[in-house]
Amino acid sequence: MSDEHGHHPEPLSDVERRARALEELLIDKGIVSSEFIDQVVEAYAQDIGPMNGAKVVARAWIDPEYKERLLADGSAAIAELGFGGPEGDHIVAVENTPDVHNVVVCTLCSCYPWPVLGLPPNWYKSPPYRSRMVREPRAVLAEMGCDVPDSVEIRVWDSSAEVRYLVLPARPPGTDGASEDELAGTVTRDAMIGVAR
Amino acid sequence: MDGVHDLGGMQGFGPVEVEPDEPTFHDEWEARTFAVAGGALGAGGFNTPMFRHAIERMDPGHYLTSSYFEHWLTAVATLLVEAGMISKEELEARAGTFALSRPAAVAADDVQLVSGRDTPRFAIGDAVRVRDEHFAGHTRCPRYVRGRQGVVVRVEPVVPIPELEAHRNEKVLDPTYGVRFDATELWSDAAEANAPVHVDLYERYLEPV
Repeated sequence: MSDEHGHHPEPLSDVERRARALEELLIDKGIVSSEFIDQVVEAYAQDIGPMNGAKVVARAWIDPEYKERLLADGSAAIAELGFGGPEGDHIVAVENTPDVHNVVVCTLCSCYPWPVLGLPPNWYKSPPYRSRMVREPRAVLAEMGCDVPDSVEIRVWDSSAEVRYLVLPARPPGTDGASEDELAGTVTRDAMIGVAR
Repeated sequence: MDGVHDLGGMQGFGPVEVEPDEPTFHDEWEARTFAVAGGALGAGGFNTPMFRHAIERMDPGHYLTSSYFEHWLTAVATLLVEAGMISKEELEARAGTFALSRPAAVAADDVQLVSGRDTPRFAIGDAVRVRDEHFAGHTRCPRYVRGRQGVVVRVEPVVPIPELEAHRNEKVLDPTYGVRFDATELWSDAAEANAPVHVDLYERYLEPV
């Protein structure tokens, strides 16, 4: 945070000044181009996000053979729907069942399956989540509004190497007549991380 | 390195703060920095372990009090300055004070070049123990599992060793595994019931039990 408020109505914060300095310096030196920056920003702001993962989950709910492929080779099954790219080479889908609830964390940094979930929310990247999820997952989940009965095993997945995890939530009851699109609309980012059921 | 980034199991950080309807980027600088980082890492030939280690080398106080994208900003600027592609003076002429990460604690020659392995030594169901090593450079072996015993539940891809990518820019392959640890093995009598933790580990971190 900056103490130098000056007379500008909205002075740049300290980190904004540094970010701008690096960007402008790299553009001036020809190391990155503003066109490249614009393209990446647009892709991650518009096209790459949890709506992709929701389509994968909905397909797995309506198509048992697709679900089998998804659980056998996540990245290949996800590529069938046209999704892939950075952080997507080794996606593993882990399935919630009546006896098992899966939840994903990255204690060392913030690894996350970008092609299906986009970029992670701040809480996923925060020290409280990263420190506590491997130590007291049931307590953290309850605090986040996700009550998992004691009889249900919580499987925590710390993505510390190259695998990126996608939780396959259970299909909600009473959705027998729903279309694939309607089902996709019910799938939340949090359920695919495992902090919601 | 046993750094502040290795957060698994640490206590005292308080509740997880969730922002409802959080946007992908909170400010334009976050989005621009994300993209600048991708472009600059590619242009400089920096691999992901180098980038992660540059984040891990941040001053611990700065690391804990800055956002994810500020980590990216600091790490990318550090790598470019260390490679001589830009200078700290050039950054500070535009921005004022520009904090960079600390220098690496190990040099390339300190990290032994080993031969790669592409055939997994362990199989699903094998009991393994994590070697209790405390390397001062970049590693993907979290502190909270070192010395602990677990069971292989998945044989994962054969991928480059992060230590050698980070410090020698060499791609030397090693098998990886998903290893399941009982919560009591990790947290003793403070463990929650029925809540095993799975950690993805390189073969070089493991020894048979």
